[in-house]
Amino acid sequence: MISTVATEAEHAVEAGVTGGFWVDNAGIMLILPFVAFLLILAFGKRMKNHGAELAIGALAINSIWATVLFVMNMTSGVLGQTTFEIARIGSDLVFELGWVVDGLSIMMYFLVSVVGLIVFIYAVGYMHGDVRVDWFFAAFSLFAGSMLLLVGAPNLIQLIIGWEGVGLASYFLIGFYWEDMANVNAGNKAFMVNKVADVGLILGAIILGVAIGTFDFAEMDLAAAEHVESLSTVAVVGGALLFFGAMGKSAQFPLHIWLPDAMAGPTPVSALMHAATMVTAGVYLMGRVFPLFEYLAAEIRPWMVWIGAITLFAIGFLALVADDIKKVLAYSTVSQLGYMMTAVAAGGYTAGLFHLFTHAFFKALLFLGAGSVIHAVHSNNMSDMGGLRKHMPRTYWTFVVGTLALAGIIPLSGFWSKDEILVTLGFEGYTAVMVIAIAGAFVTAFYMTRAVALTFFGEYKGHGNPHESPAIMTVPLVALAIPSILFGLFNVPGWEIPGIGNFSEWLAVRVVPMGDHHPEAIDFVLAGSGLLAAVLGIVVGWAIWGRDRETQAERDRFDIPVLYPLLRNKYYIDDLADGITAGTMGPVARFINWVNDYVIDGIINGVALLTKGLGSFVYGVVDQRGVDGVIHGLGAGADGVGSALRRWQTGRIQQYAASVVAGALVLIVLFVFVI
Amino acid sequence: MLLNQFLILAAAMFSLGIYGLLVRRNIVLILLSVELMLAAVNINLIAFESVLRSPEAIGQVFAIFVITVAAAEVGIGLAIVLMIFRNRKSANVDELDLMRW
Repeated sequence: MISTVATEAEHAVEAGVTGGFWVDNAGIMLILPFVAFLLILAFGKRMKNHGAELAIGALAINSIWATVLFVMNMTSGVLGQTTFEIARIGSDLVFELGWVVDGLSIMMYFLVSVVGLIVFIYAVGYMHGDVRVDWFFAAFSLFAGSMLLLVGAPNLIQLIIGWEGVGLASYFLIGFYWEDMANVNAGNKAFMVNKVADVGLILGAIILGVAIGTFDFAEMDLAAAEHVESLSTVAVVGGALLFFGAMGKSAQFPLHIWLPDAMAGPTPVSALMHAATMVTAGVYLMGRVFPLFEYLAAEIRPWMVWIGAITLFAIGFLALVADDIKKVLAYSTVSQLGYMMTAVAAGGYTAGLFHLFTHAFFKALLFLGAGSVIHAVHSNNMSDMGGLRKHMPRTYWTFVVGTLALAGIIPLSGFWSKDEILVTLGFEGYTAVMVIAIAGAFVTAFYMTRAVALTFFGEYKGHGNPHESPAIMTVPLVALAIPSILFGLFNVPGWEIPGIGNFSEWLAVRVVPMGDHHPEAIDFVLAGSGLLAAVLGIVVGWAIWGRDRETQAERDRFDIPVLYPLLRNKYYIDDLADGITAGTMGPVARFINWVNDYVIDGIINGVALLTKGLGSFVYGVVDQRGVDGVIHGLGAGADGVGSALRRWQTGRIQQYAASVVAGALVLIVLFVFVI
Repeated sequence: MLLNQFLILAAAMFSLGIYGLLVRRNIVLILLSVELMLAAVNINLIAFESVLRSPEAIGQVFAIFVITVAAAEVGIGLAIVLMIFRNRKSANVDELDLMRW
């Protein structure tokens, strides 16, 4: 029996330091964007900036809150959990809503709020004068709010609620320009690919929740840490299903196909989606249930590592042939998500999430930079760009910072996080994957150099006179460039910023403390190879595209015959997915259509005919002849009787009197002689 | 005992009343016949009372009621007769069949 009474049964998982006001009320952060969403829907049209004020206000409060928590967690670990019971299934399965405050969730609160705030401010400039701006900011708030609900979830159920909320909001935003059918299709594709993966997530949640007896992450982690052997089979199945769910959201091969198409939305959406709110959800989930894979479901980890490896290497190449600058960045995101997933799967909890952290800043920076360029040239295609270095200096410089960070050039943030991943892969014994990851670093630097060269160098190939974007768009670029440069220093091996520890210590603050491998000193060979690969990528890329003044069409002639079509067609995975969908679902759909046309319609038509016949019978025979016959008969009978009897009413008084007398005589006779 | 004589008188008067009611054609005479029947009934009531002597004198009381009702009835009846006569110049019941169906 399910009870729907919400009791105020609060309980905090007390361990280590708990944190007073900021921790106990951290749920505010989960609610504010939703409040903004509703308010913008209600009043956005009448506001001066179409509700952007509300969206930015909500995230500004969130950013302050998250920064306070982030700093508190640096100096002394912060751990707390507040839940409210919503429903109870049976006696022990409880559905609760609430928020969890620990190293991992604080990092995500910080990321979503701060990056979200910067992107929101940028969006005010980018979306200026566009259609449906109020709806844009409403859906954007919903997007950020759902992500906060997801990362703040103390249990799998709330995580799924946030997860689906993120999917819904992304669907709204990808299909934002719904006047164009291609954008609508992109939204549908993203939604459906995610739905396929969501089946895995939901099944995994049910299996794990029922088998372990709780949906609560803290209790799940504790159960996993106790090495309960009876749970290991369940954990493998449930963990694999959760990973499948994460593959969808975090765009792992072969479920990455939705992400490049998701570029159909406005550029700030892409920035937020690729940096903080959507694609990180899968990696976050893996980090959240990390003890499950660490202690119980270790068998599937190699599979996860290899899926990540394929993703990081193969998909990166696709960025080499894309002409749409946003698609270059999209493939780059898929590739970087491969790094994160590989690292987490290999056991590098800190490595994967640190890369998520640094990547969020420089990828948001790159997308916003691309948006600034698109805003200036009114085209997504790099064949319409070129030479923008002179026209848009601020965009150019910040874009270069993002590129170097992404490529992994020391000392920018991407170098440190990528190095940590390489070290982890080596330490855990995945040497082959480590080599692939180094090769991936080369590819990354290669395609980013191409993007920079085609966009900012050479001659301008587009129309009109491009000019630098307004300050409301360039200031966010600078605001993101600074953390892209500096935040790598949070986790330098063998060194820490005095007094505040390093990133792996902050992230280790969990109910089950995370004690993964953190290198004591820089491995110069590994770091050197990674850096070398990146530099090589830049040099080769520059050699090919740096002096380029040709158009895209002429450039295409020099490409390698077999490889080029393969890449242009995205390894045919999209076609394969279409084929699989059409091949498996098509016959099923046709069969169901046939069943619908002939069986169900037949039954319905039969029932309708039967009903019609019955109706005719009831009307014609029962009603018209039976009921009406009785009534007409009664009428006719009364009429006949009346006609017969009225002859007695002659109007002659003496006849009546005679009748009375006769009646009296009869009575007298009766009384006297009979009775 | 004088009861029988009174009863015979009353029966005779009642029978005369019925006879008049049934055979007379003039409405006024029919009404007189009805009065005759009522008078016969009154004689019966008084006669029985004088024999039975009930403490509340029910017979006399009823007789007075009957006289009252008879007076009212004749009053209304004669008024109707008067109106009919004025309209039709006749008081013959054979010519009156307005209450026929």
